[in-house]
Amino acid sequence: MSSHLKIFAGSLLLCLGLTGGCTELKVGEEFPPLDAITWEGGAPPVLAGKVTLVDFWASWCAPCKASFPAYAQLHADYRARGLVIVAVSVDENRAKFAAFVQQQAPPFTTLRDQNHQLVSLVKVPAMPTCYLLGRDGRVRFVHQGFHGAETEQHLRQEIDALLAEPLPST
Amino acid sequence: MKKTPFLFALLLAALGLTVLGGCTSAQLTRVQPWERASLADYTMRPDRDPLATTMAEHAFFSRESASGGRGIGGSGCGCN
Repeated sequence: MSSHLKIFAGSLLLCLGLTGGCTELKVGEEFPPLDAITWEGGAPPVLAGKVTLVDFWASWCAPCKASFPAYAQLHADYRARGLVIVAVSVDENRAKFAAFVQQQAPPFTTLRDQNHQLVSLVKVPAMPTCYLLGRDGRVRFVHQGFHGAETEQHLRQEIDALLAEPLPST
Repeated sequence: MKKTPFLFALLLAALGLTVLGGCTSAQLTRVQPWERASLADYTMRPDRDPLATTMAEHAFFSRESASGGRGIGGSGCGCN
């Protein structure tokens, strides 16, 4: 009977493996190029050789709203040292995106992924999620959700570490 | 006689594949984290109407001697 169970368990694992086929972007993988996305709100900044924080947010997401002042402070503190922040909105409603941006007036680049192209490639696991990319464009750190000062402290430590790394050789 | 257990196991495996195989369908709708704008809407909150909430609480208390248990707030965006 144990052999029956083994075969049955094997088939179950196979099915579960197939269902888990849509995997999200992981640490160490290359972040999709922003140039290939249809954006609303402007053009993406040049990221080559920069440490980049890409944040996925939405106007309907309360923690996303709470994260914006923290990102504004990070932008003020690290921009001169080479940090670029790109806030990617996944709002389906253009007016709500525009109203949110007008209200928050973020000092960093804020774009709307109007066709959900980038977010579908990245497959963010939660809202909000931010990705810290190294100078080589690879994902180095992923933060799911925004937990106030705790998240900001972690981000500062990680940004300091990434900015201290040398530029990748061309 | 020895073939019977093998056939039974094969049948179980086929049944498992049939049942769970549907989960692999690309047409299966899954609400992704970035698609929860409607779920996060104010109208999705169970406590959006204070009067209705009070009346429901009264009904639960008077009929079932139950109260409380409504501490979970927020709507359904599943953020954080």
